[in-house]
Amino acid sequence: MDALLPRSLEEALALRAAHPDAVPVAGGTDLMVAVNFGRARPPALLDLSRVAELKSCRRENGTVFVGAGMTFARIARELAEFRPLVEAARSVGSPQIRSRATIGGNIGTASPAGDALPVLAAYDATVVAGSQRGTRREAWNAFFTGPKQTTLAPDELVLGVEWHVAHGPGSFAKVGTRNAMVIAIAGLCLQLDEDARAVRVALGSVAPTIVRAPEAEAFAAGAIPWDDPQSELPQSAVSEFGRLAAAAAKPIDDVRGSAAYRRHVVEVLARRALLWTLADRRPAA
Amino acid sequence: MKIHTTVNGLEHEVDVWPGASLLALLRDELGLSGSKNACEQGECGSCSAWVDGELVCSCLVPAVQADGAVVRTVESLGGGDRLHAVQDAFLATGAVQCGFCTPGMVVAAVDLLERNPEPSDETIREALAGNLCRCTGYQKILDAVHLAAAELAS
Amino acid sequence: MSTTVVPTRSGVGTSARRVDGIPKVTGAFAYGSDLDAENSLWGFTLRSPYASARIRSIDVSAARRGEGVAAVLTADDLPARRTFGLEFCDQPILGDGVVRYVGEPVAIVAAESLEEARQAALAIVVDYEPLVPVTDMEEALRPDGPRVHDFGNILRHVHIVHGEPDSVEADVWVEGYYETATQDQAALGPEAGLAVPASDGGIDLYVATQWLHVDRQQIAPCLGLPEEKVRITLAGVGGAFGSREDVHMQIHASLLALKTGRPVRMSYGREESFHGHVHRHPSRTWIRYGAMRDGRLVACDVRLLLDGGAYASSSPAVISNASTFAPGPYEVPNVRVEGTVVYTNNPPCGAMRGFGAPQLCFAYEGAMDELAKKLGIESLELRLKNALHTGSVLPTGQVITGTAPVREVIEKLQAIPMPPDEPASGRDAISYPGGAGNVSRGESLRRGVGYAVGYKNIAYSEGFDDAAEATVTLRLGPDGPVASIRTAAVEYGQGLYTVLAQIVRSELDVEDVVVEPATTESGSAGSTSASRQTTMSGGAVLGACAEIKQELAKGPLEEPITRTYTYHHRPTTELDEHGQGDPHVGFAFAAERAVVEVDAELGLVRVVEIAAVQDAGRVMNPQGATGQVEGGTVMGLGLALMEELKLGDGAVRNASFTDYLIPTILDAPPIVSEFVEVPEPGAPFGVKGIGEMATVVVTAAVVAALRDATGLTLNRAPATPEDLVGIRPPATTTGPAPVPDVPGQKAIPEYLGMGLGQQELMKAREQ
Repeated sequence: MDALLPRSLEEALALRAAHPDAVPVAGGTDLMVAVNFGRARPPALLDLSRVAELKSCRRENGTVFVGAGMTFARIARELAEFRPLVEAARSVGSPQIRSRATIGGNIGTASPAGDALPVLAAYDATVVAGSQRGTRREAWNAFFTGPKQTTLAPDELVLGVEWHVAHGPGSFAKVGTRNAMVIAIAGLCLQLDEDARAVRVALGSVAPTIVRAPEAEAFAAGAIPWDDPQSELPQSAVSEFGRLAAAAAKPIDDVRGSAAYRRHVVEVLARRALLWTLADRRPAA
Repeated sequence: MKIHTTVNGLEHEVDVWPGASLLALLRDELGLSGSKNACEQGECGSCSAWVDGELVCSCLVPAVQADGAVVRTVESLGGGDRLHAVQDAFLATGAVQCGFCTPGMVVAAVDLLERNPEPSDETIREALAGNLCRCTGYQKILDAVHLAAAELAS
Repeated sequence: MSTTVVPTRSGVGTSARRVDGIPKVTGAFAYGSDLDAENSLWGFTLRSPYASARIRSIDVSAARRGEGVAAVLTADDLPARRTFGLEFCDQPILGDGVVRYVGEPVAIVAAESLEEARQAALAIVVDYEPLVPVTDMEEALRPDGPRVHDFGNILRHVHIVHGEPDSVEADVWVEGYYETATQDQAALGPEAGLAVPASDGGIDLYVATQWLHVDRQQIAPCLGLPEEKVRITLAGVGGAFGSREDVHMQIHASLLALKTGRPVRMSYGREESFHGHVHRHPSRTWIRYGAMRDGRLVACDVRLLLDGGAYASSSPAVISNASTFAPGPYEVPNVRVEGTVVYTNNPPCGAMRGFGAPQLCFAYEGAMDELAKKLGIESLELRLKNALHTGSVLPTGQVITGTAPVREVIEKLQAIPMPPDEPASGRDAISYPGGAGNVSRGESLRRGVGYAVGYKNIAYSEGFDDAAEATVTLRLGPDGPVASIRTAAVEYGQGLYTVLAQIVRSELDVEDVVVEPATTESGSAGSTSASRQTTMSGGAVLGACAEIKQELAKGPLEEPITRTYTYHHRPTTELDEHGQGDPHVGFAFAAERAVVEVDAELGLVRVVEIAAVQDAGRVMNPQGATGQVEGGTVMGLGLALMEELKLGDGAVRNASFTDYLIPTILDAPPIVSEFVEVPEPGAPFGVKGIGEMATVVVTAAVVAALRDATGLTLNRAPATPEDLVGIRPPATTTGPAPVPDVPGQKAIPEYLGMGLGQQELMKAREQ
């Protein structure tokens, strides 16, 4: 096994083009598990941990760009205003994992259980991929094509992810069998866009990829008292929202949980997220 | 592949297999067996160490990433006959049984107290959530962190 | 804080600091996985992917040519005895024509590096002919199904009848069915050790284990060596909880070392570790209680079935243990127990903290709660009405001659104040059920309280003389008298060596006490299990000290005084054809109360608090004792909420810490611990071992609390979120498993004259 250690993005892209079989690694929290267990023996590692350009984040013109190399620990510290993203970051593993695991890893691995991914979907984020041929942007739902499958070309690296900042409350929640260090049985992110009067709901671990729940979103957008934050939503509307969100899930039975439980969890988390969001919209009394 | 790394203040030039982890480098190449291998997948924290000041699971850090980095392990704590306050607190409260999780637990606790000198129970639990212990039930580990915090404050 | 901090270096009854503490906190303590020797090789095991298969052929030619490979061995290369086992030698060292469980070792490789050994193992070509496995314990009882061994699938059946269980009348009957899953000990330290070939043709082994002598007794014949040429030194042990009672890498590493002439180290990874040690028996229990209106128990009928997996391990002892405790710590005059442990093609099960008692406690305490409800009697009142005491007659006819302060234990538990109520809203997000997942702001929280009382035996049973030897030396050092203890007893974290040092400090009035490394140079101390070591090795150390004191009475200390003492507990008997006898040395009792908070919509749990009271006889080291209760509690809490080795057609589907979940610090509750100290007559210091009792009762207590919180019939452990939201219904049964036809109470292999394990050790001592 070889190790390729680029020190700049240019070098990294050149190495990526020249060695498409080399597996990119930043935090190593996914890849090293497979390597340690003897299940992965890539011909080479492409170590991206020294590429400074991948570790930056920028805010400009209402858009945020987060570099692929940003760790969840840094995200929790430096992007504190994005509450769902911070909640997702804090739910990742342990402090030891958060200091190494990167958002680029979540994106590149493309597991439907990747904790940041429902948030990116709810943000309608765009994945930025780069190669020696140039940079391209692709909407998250076009980029993720299946479980652990993306449109990333063999000569491409994930450079980062960007989204247009939505003004409004949101939340992220994930369920596992114990109180820490769990791979999500089901996860949900809800984000309100007050300006567009839109609701975005994204589900994790309940389909081959992250999915949105468009019917639930449309229903909530119609039901939310946009002009009157103090007003309450009737329980029947909250329940219907939950039901529609659960209907958007396509879960399977696996060693972590059953499809029935996953659907049930989505329904409950959707209801709670909506009520939290409405509560968070109310100015403090 | 040859790498240069600083571990516990000493510079080393080591030949590593690129598929090896930092944990394997520490244990097999440098003879620092204080960091333990209990799960090889970052679930248990018994391999906890610092890389460039950040708390990591060394089993998940590719050894090649230690090149040019400053690494600190449990062996860097205390010195000579002296124990770090956290190490002494673990002994004082009975927070050590089989001891396999202890080095990683101590490192994580030191890391916490370096960033947060007076943590609440909840903060300690969140900070140590990645360190599994099978012997103690964690109660005395919580006691030890509080005791160490008090010691370090005085 | 749970304990106060006390000064170091103290005698019996104080919280003396661990004698091995400093190296453990600095990382200097050498575990089996830390050991190395010059010119060493790495050993690696190739394991079967099939639960049941014939081995048509094994081609190691490519492997033997592999880079860095020094040796590749299969069953064809075995020099002497081909099987081993704790009680019966029914377990092949390497798959010998057939494999019986997924993970069974088939070949071993020694190479210059672990990676090279692993690559060589991948190059071994095994031609398997898969067979139909039997993976369900009730299916295993059918005479027409696949047979794990030639002689059938019944390993042992225990039958106990006391009084007139078939004709007794009762006012009220309750009936229940309970299941517990396969739990794993999940000790953090992996199976590991180092085998060094010696110039006399023998082998020096440094290994993490639980009983040096029973290991040696199995290893030596497999190497074709006399026992004196197999020398074992205890390496640091990273926990055990039963997973190291059986031989793991010892024979393999020794064979490779003798073959190559070089030291061989082996250390299992976590995934391999799940396959490389025995697990707790999953159980199915059908239980019926009959009682009078006033709450007096008059009858108990239990049908118990355990899945022993592919090889015997200590299953014969587990089934009889579990069966003798089946009605619980209660006086019941009419009892029938039918307990069976079967072979299946599932991974082998054996010793795990509690040794059958936790599974039974889950069933009998569940049924007792049902009975209390039916009678309209408060749950603990029902227990108090029927509690065992000194003089009680047990279902085996054994009369409790030692202490049995069940009443005191329950009353002390009742006196522990309940934790305060907490507001549902406004808490730190991480302190709701679901913890770091951010799933709650206090919705649908339901609090529940549950209790469980239980008991088990101390030390080995049914006539087994698990004596313990210890040697104490007192000498004059430069700064005054110094004592040293030489014992083969294994310390694996529970604090035994510290307690032994405390005993010497108190008895000989010496501050400086050293515990020497444990080796087979000493006589056997028996296993570190069965909550026996403080009694047995403590008794041996106490005996040696008494003899030294006699010597000191003659004059001042000049020359070193060394005394070796072997401590025996009182004799016990086997069970007769009705399950009657005097099978146990003594008993320890415990009760716990669990307070839980359930998010009823998501089925997530936060355990608010556990209160624990144990019958300890004498608390030797308060900090060590509470440490055992706390650790044992959290381990059993794991079985209540989240731990389950998931098997599919005999294969472990969750052999990693990602999917075999053990409690994290965010899952562990505050634990309030108290002890009842009524000295056990005849025991050194009146002590009773405390290692297991918390684990015996806590699973039942937590699930009882979950039933209280949810109103659900939860008859399976673990009670997972799917159970707690009612998506998974209670476990059902078509009725008690049929009782097999067996020649008697003994394990079937014994009737067949199979090579004996521990039995041989005991019989050899008798000669």
